[in-house]
Amino acid sequence: MAFLTGHSGAGKSTLLKLIGLLEHATRGQVMVDGRNLGKVKSREIPYHRRKIGMIFQDHRLLHDRTVFDNVAMPLIVSGASRAETGRRVRAALDKVNLLNKEKAYPITLSGGEQQRVGIARAVVSKPPVVVADEPTGNLDPELSKEIMDLFLQFNQVGVTLLIATHDIDLVNQMNQRVLTLGSGQLIRDSANLQETF
Amino acid sequence: MKGDAKKPAKKSSSPSMMHIWFMRHLQVALSSLGRLTRSPIGTLMTATVLGIAVSLPAGMWVMLDNVKQISGNWDGGASLSMFLKADTNEQQVDELIGKLKLMPEIEHINYVTRDDALVEFQQFSGLGQALEILQENPLPAVLIITPTLQHSTPVQADLLLKKLNQEPLADMTQLDMEWVERFHAITEIAIRAVMVLASVLSLAVLLIIGNTIRLEIQNRHDEIEITKLVGATNSFIRRPFLYTGFWYGLLGGLIAWFLVTLSLWLLSGPIEKLTGLYQSQFRLDVLDLPTTIVVLLGSAFLGLAGARIAVGRHLRAIEPD
Repeated sequence: MAFLTGHSGAGKSTLLKLIGLLEHATRGQVMVDGRNLGKVKSREIPYHRRKIGMIFQDHRLLHDRTVFDNVAMPLIVSGASRAETGRRVRAALDKVNLLNKEKAYPITLSGGEQQRVGIARAVVSKPPVVVADEPTGNLDPELSKEIMDLFLQFNQVGVTLLIATHDIDLVNQMNQRVLTLGSGQLIRDSANLQETF
Repeated sequence: MKGDAKKPAKKSSSPSMMHIWFMRHLQVALSSLGRLTRSPIGTLMTATVLGIAVSLPAGMWVMLDNVKQISGNWDGGASLSMFLKADTNEQQVDELIGKLKLMPEIEHINYVTRDDALVEFQQFSGLGQALEILQENPLPAVLIITPTLQHSTPVQADLLLKKLNQEPLADMTQLDMEWVERFHAITEIAIRAVMVLASVLSLAVLLIIGNTIRLEIQNRHDEIEITKLVGATNSFIRRPFLYTGFWYGLLGGLIAWFLVTLSLWLLSGPIEKLTGLYQSQFRLDVLDLPTTIVVLLGSAFLGLAGARIAVGRHLRAIEPD
């Protein structure tokens, strides 16, 4: 688990988009799971995205579908059976503490709850990597802390997380590796404290 | 659809994979249908436009079929009718037939006496009662002359006609083929016209469905973006739209079938009256099963094709960011 920080425009979002192949690198290489993403053909992109759970500041939920249907999307897309889908969606909702809201529509939920639906959707298919772009951007500190603790739990069961945020206080509380970007360059890596300046 | 079919087929070595693939298609097909029924008015309006477009060529095709049924009662070959002068006696006729039979151009001669002609006329013209008023038979005797096959072509038959017209006993000789030929030529033109109309209206159906699907894609822009985000393949995203096009086409075909059947039913009364006046055996055919199947499947196929074109053009433009 690592945090990605830096000023606006430093390239945090761009890096996450590159990982999810929402954007293609014009220069250099992006390696994920030992694979050069520049070499992924466009018809293979969907299969790559299934290995990456993505979480957004604006949740990106479908408002005409229930919480259950929203979370089930990655499973339906990859062709899981109905029984399997039900089981895993409920497990994911249980983890984010929203099991009682599965029939609700996202619009009736609070911001924090909506974000937790987004998180459940990102982890429901058990992807090895989860990237989150400002997941707590619209939440108050208390809710933000809850979300971060949730991420920590996922990390403890083996999920790799990369979380972009500019909430330095929160990052400091979490005591995890921090990567700082500036103008598209890595300017600080907390795992390599000798370079601190 | 082709793209959809290929991918699962690769993995579907076991019957259960096949089953899952089939179930998934069924589910998408039903959910697309369900989506259409949720806005019944809009769906019905679009489908009716499609139905009208399909019903025009289908209806004209059925009418043409009926017309061909009438013309089918005539044998296509040429024959010449030689009307004999009224004062010709039986002996002169026998001599004439004997003479004509020697001509190499002539295959067969059928002699219709004045009495035979009268009976036939009374039976088939519908004017029998009018003839009863007349005191004597106004009809001439006729020799119906069938030329050999080599002399049945328009040019050869015409030469024969000129020769026969010189016969002193003949009042008039006419070539019966002419108007049959003209009639065939007219039906030929009508068939061609229906084909042209069908092509143009098929294009219209393609465009209407294409446009409907394009709007549908725009409406579901967010959904498409998010499904792409969670790793949906293009064929997965395409599938519901293709089924929507298919359903629109099928629904349009059903409406077309209904419109044609209704029109024929409305026409059948007056046509029966008219054919009754001519004492004809003619019966108006309704849409038969093969034509119905062609209309329904053709329309469904057009729906699918229209959707495929629209989806191919517009889905690529939607990429998550």
